Amino acid sequence: MQGYILRKLISLPLILIGVSLLVFISIRMLPGEPARVMAGPEATQEAVDAMTVRLGLHRSIPEQYATFAISALQGDFGESIRSRLPVWDEIAQRLPYTLALAVTSYILAIAVGVPAGMLAAIYRNRPPDYIVMVFAIAGASIANFWMALLAMNYFSVHLGWLPLLGANSWQSYILPSVTLAVLPMAVIARMTRSSMIEVLSQDYIRTARAKGLPVSKVYWSHALRNALIPIVTIVGLNFGGLIGGAVVTETVFNWPGIGRLMVDAVRYRDYPVIQGVTMVAVFGVVVINFAAEMIIAALNPRIRFD
Amino acid sequence: MSASPNIVAPARNRIRLRRSWAWCQQNANIVIGGFLIGLIVLAAILAPWIAGADPYAQNLANTLQPPSWEHPFGTDDNGRDIFARVIYGAQISLLEVFLSVGIATAVGVPLGIIAGMTGRMVDHVIMWIMDVLFAFPGIVLAILIVSILGPSLFNLMIAIALFAIPVYARLSRNITLGLKSMEFIEAAIALGVPQWRILVHYILRNSVGPIIVQSTLTAGTVILTAASLSFLGLGAQPPIPEWGAMMSQGRNYLGVNIWMSLFPGLAIMITVLGFNILGDGLRDLLDPRK
Repeated sequence: MQGYILRKLISLPLILIGVSLLVFISIRMLPGEPARVMAGPEATQEAVDAMTVRLGLHRSIPEQYATFAISALQGDFGESIRSRLPVWDEIAQRLPYTLALAVTSYILAIAVGVPAGMLAAIYRNRPPDYIVMVFAIAGASIANFWMALLAMNYFSVHLGWLPLLGANSWQSYILPSVTLAVLPMAVIARMTRSSMIEVLSQDYIRTARAKGLPVSKVYWSHALRNALIPIVTIVGLNFGGLIGGAVVTETVFNWPGIGRLMVDAVRYRDYPVIQGVTMVAVFGVVVINFAAEMIIAALNPRIRFD
Repeated sequence: MSASPNIVAPARNRIRLRRSWAWCQQNANIVIGGFLIGLIVLAAILAPWIAGADPYAQNLANTLQPPSWEHPFGTDDNGRDIFARVIYGAQISLLEVFLSVGIATAVGVPLGIIAGMTGRMVDHVIMWIMDVLFAFPGIVLAILIVSILGPSLFNLMIAIALFAIPVYARLSRNITLGLKSMEFIEAAIALGVPQWRILVHYILRNSVGPIIVQSTLTAGTVILTAASLSFLGLGAQPPIPEWGAMMSQGRNYLGVNIWMSLFPGLAIMITVLGFNILGDGLRDLLDPRK
């Protein structure tokens, strides 16, 4: 267990270094002169020269990387080409919206996915199981932006019940979080079903039933508690997928989060912003995955980590 | 004896038919998934004959029409036949799958095998690079690559291949590590069989099954990611009839013409569903624990 944590603690900074190297190299692979591209299409020669100095492009590559990494660690990703604001300020302004959307979606996915998976396991190979599984398989195959468009068309345009775009009220959260929740909901339902099926066949469940415990207590207290580990694994390790989904969902709903910031930045070739959002998103995902692995290890010390 | 073939043949056929039916029942996922993918492949191959219209032909006098006999899925904002575009879109989607999965397999599998066979430093370095790539949410990595290379269908496929590489590298490394300790490999090494021969004849051949299963499951992810990026304007560019790009155009006509978004989305769902179900079925079929 300690060896496992130590190995993970060593690999965490190595992965973060790798991620920063990849982002650093990719920006330097831009066709043409990076300083000219970063300074923007209408930049004067002086501005390009200033950008060359600012980016430290006149220095050696290892020196450039060291400067980049140290600045990134301090949250300094430079200035946005488009807004001229520090990239970190732009990210900090929008990050709460993305986090709020991610958390709402996850709560929804767990609140529906876990009971649905339990229902399917309890009624295995019977109609409730088939219904849940059809929804779970379909949910994993639907493009979330397609669902978003259909939902917007029906609930916002035709019925006028929900706001079409933006994040101005609590009602604005409904459509984006539901569409973003569908994929994790499907995955959680499938995972809960398979781990519950395994747990329900164990001797201690039979014992619990035999000693006359109420059925609901057997399922919710005995079975679910033991089926939780795979569920925590899925929830923790799929955070990256949720962030990926948020990029698309935010763009569809004009949601002011970091996903839309990134897509807009690509359109305007705003490389400092692309760089900053990528680093923040990947660092967030890596750290959350690490935390999830630690929680799983703490929950079940019997798990073998190879 | 001489009359037996006439009597036996129908009985033999019946037995074969019954066996096939039993196999289909046991492997329903493969049958359903295979049927859906078969439909998409047929649509892609037969597109020039079944589309009924040129997917690029504009008719500005006939824009945003609802479904009719003439245009089964209606027309888009440029008066193009949506049915023809959805059918031709199957070609684009399958091309995305073949190219992205092909590149990812061609790079990832050898890397994983090398890492598994050589071990030590080479293994650590290769797997570190794979872990780094794996740390990126797929879409974020693809956006980063497309922002450097520029938005196009081909660059999109390269970007998607890049985030699929670690999946294949990890898989083939695990298979290699499992096989390396098997007696038949140890015997081959002891007999002095050249290493390249061990790699190709023993390791690679035994990896084919799991790689096919993985590729089928990855295909669904590839289509969803490619459609997402094209929807965001970072992949296939108009007027290419890519399903995601078509929905991106349809987005501007919500409340006026939902058909522009509805049918390409349905096509994506059927294709991804087909690959996912087929992948599940193949995994069950090849699972040695069953």
